[in-house]
Amino acid sequence: MKKKIMLAYSSSLVILMISIWLGVSIGTADVPFSTLWDQETNPGAYNILWSIRMPRVILAGLVGASLAIAGAAFQGLLKNPLADPYTLGVSSGASLGAVATIFFTFSIPLIGTYTLPLFGMTGAFITMILVLSFARLIDRSMKMETLILTGVIFSSFLGSCISLMIALSNNQLREIMSWLLGSVSMRGWPYVQMILPFVLIGFTILWFNRRELNAMMYGDERAQSLGVNVKRRKYALLAGGSMLTGAAVAVSGAIGFVGLVVPHMTRMLWGTDHRHLLTLSFINGASLLIICDLVSRTIISPAELPIGVITAFIGAPVFSYIFFKQRRARR
Amino acid sequence: MLEVHNLSGSYGSKNIFSDISFKVEKGKILGILGPNGCGKSTLLKVISGIMPPSGGKVIIDGADLNEYSPRQLAKKMTILPQLSASSFSNTVRETVSIGRYPHQSGFFSSWQEEDEKAVKKAMRQTGVEKYEEHTIDHLSGGEQQRVFIAQALAQASNLLLLDEPTNHLDIAHQKQILDMIRKEVMQNGLTVVSVFHDINLAALYCDELLLMENGRVKAFGAPHEVLLTEQIMDVYHARISLQAHPEQPKPQMTILPDLQEQQEKMITDNSFSIQQEYVAFRSAFPLRVLSSAVHNAGLGWYSTFINRTVEPQYDIENVKEEFWQYIIEQGFSPTNTIGMMTAVDTGNAVLKKYETDFGEVFVVVTAGVGSAVDVSQSYKRKNVFKVGTINTWVVINGKLSDEAFVQAMMTATEAKSKALAHEEVIDRISNTIATGTPTDSLLIAATQQGQYFQYGGPITEVGQIIGRGVFEATVEAIQIYKKGDS
Repeated sequence: MKKKIMLAYSSSLVILMISIWLGVSIGTADVPFSTLWDQETNPGAYNILWSIRMPRVILAGLVGASLAIAGAAFQGLLKNPLADPYTLGVSSGASLGAVATIFFTFSIPLIGTYTLPLFGMTGAFITMILVLSFARLIDRSMKMETLILTGVIFSSFLGSCISLMIALSNNQLREIMSWLLGSVSMRGWPYVQMILPFVLIGFTILWFNRRELNAMMYGDERAQSLGVNVKRRKYALLAGGSMLTGAAVAVSGAIGFVGLVVPHMTRMLWGTDHRHLLTLSFINGASLLIICDLVSRTIISPAELPIGVITAFIGAPVFSYIFFKQRRARR
Repeated sequence: MLEVHNLSGSYGSKNIFSDISFKVEKGKILGILGPNGCGKSTLLKVISGIMPPSGGKVIIDGADLNEYSPRQLAKKMTILPQLSASSFSNTVRETVSIGRYPHQSGFFSSWQEEDEKAVKKAMRQTGVEKYEEHTIDHLSGGEQQRVFIAQALAQASNLLLLDEPTNHLDIAHQKQILDMIRKEVMQNGLTVVSVFHDINLAALYCDELLLMENGRVKAFGAPHEVLLTEQIMDVYHARISLQAHPEQPKPQMTILPDLQEQQEKMITDNSFSIQQEYVAFRSAFPLRVLSSAVHNAGLGWYSTFINRTVEPQYDIENVKEEFWQYIIEQGFSPTNTIGMMTAVDTGNAVLKKYETDFGEVFVVVTAGVGSAVDVSQSYKRKNVFKVGTINTWVVINGKLSDEAFVQAMMTATEAKSKALAHEEVIDRISNTIATGTPTDSLLIAATQQGQYFQYGGPITEVGQIIGRGVFEATVEAIQIYKKGDS
């Protein structure tokens, strides 16, 4: 058992290292990885690596990690392997906040370009609070079915709002669309700095609830009889997950599939124990999105594909393959 | 261990149960019974603290439920809700390990040796050790339920609340799980409160039963105090009958279906055939029979009776198998046939028919009195098997109660003894009047239709016929035997 866990962590970390190495080295300009420590030989390349590729890779990693761990937590919490951040309407809220910023061309003077991510995150939080209070209003014990249904209602409502803005927009159409398709390009270090604290806080919250997630898999009642303070833990997990999703969606747009595929793959490979599933999903989510970003900017170079297209393109077949294999093995 | 005082529970303004009080001692199993929707599962939820009570209180080990923190409570009490499929495939080990959650504390709480021991022990007790690394969705329903019980045992609390622990399981798994829980209760002083659907299982495994009706306690006490025919019929609105369990001192119930019998069931002479090899009775429908026959003795339903002639040197050692085989060879069904045997020629059997107000009564007797014995003097003889048997059948067109069956047996026996006295059959060892032979068999059969007889003693309507019929037929049969003997 111990060996398997060690193998899980080390292989995940090795894949992450390889992903970072590839992400930094490969691009329109061919720059060796070693340039990172060598400013003298080629100052231009050094500059490209540190101010363009490195922040991009790290941002992709953080976004992927956030979506993946949030997905793992939501799935465990909802006892539904098909749930992900989107099910609760959180990412729709974030999207609406961001799209509204573009549509109304908001700009808060002091923070300037950060207006959009800030509004995105705010949208995520407001949506989360609305979904939670509405679900609580319907059913005080906040059953999972109620939560999912509330999330779906909010998602579709917020989705309509976004569609309305798209329909009414002229000049901003292209900008809105490209944001909606998702990207981690040209965001730079400030974005990394901006989401890093949220990612760390969110991760910590979820990680401290890893054992409670294990108990909650057997139903709220069983979890409570095991001594879990179900209601409080549920709130903590929802808040942590929303924070991570909100942060990720705000900086990179709607990138689907990561929150669904990564926990799934991790679970199939290394088991359902949340004590490891959360951290492993975090690491693997980072790797997956770094690779996806790399593909998105090299496959039809010099043009770039939206990263959301790549995650779906890679995610869906890989997911199907693993799913298929698992089912076959069971027979 | 557990005390419940005037407890009430409700969903919003809808009252589910109210004013429920009971106590469970340590090391006992309490079964909660009641029709669907009587509030028994909700009661369990309120006792466990999952649902707040709307009135009253629950006391565990002398302290109110509210005085415990969730973790403390989890160490005192475990509730296992009805088996629900998980969407994730955990291994058996992982599943059982969750039971240790309340024993681990602190942010970096690590797995202690004690936790490991408890998990191992729980898996061993429930026999799921061998599946340790299997994922739970590969196991059968019974195995899964055992895994969840192992999880509850690993929690190591003294009070276990179960909601229909054997729901959807076959009888082998039902027995396995309940035997296991019973063993925990007996050996380690576990206390169990469990909701049951199956009244018989509850009666069999519980020390006490709580019968609920419309959210209130209808009865509380030992199974024999709670399972009263009228009470169960009243609460469940179903006709039932209670019997004793064959091994345990517990009542068991049977449903009585409300089937309308269209066909009239009547026994006539045509059912009897007397031949050299055997006397046979064949009916198109089964009769309720109480007998001391060789094959299928006791109380039951049978439609064929045979009384066969065997050689005096018949090997009595493997009579069970031999008789079974014989019945098949004769073209009868061994599970539907009562078999007797005698050394006398069954061609000499006496069949007598008595017309009565309630219908015909038939008596068939074969008699051999070569080894007749006076029962009051029988202690003087060694147990030597000698051929010579009186086999008696009484077939009644009527409905007899259980006591009427037993009384009919007594009445018939007394009539037989009287016949031996009348014929002056002597016990050759004591030289007194014999009362029977060492191997007599008696059979009372009734169609269970028509007139009902609560009693079957000598002066009852049916007893009078039995007394007269058995006496007359036995006298005649002894006379025939004597004629053949001399």
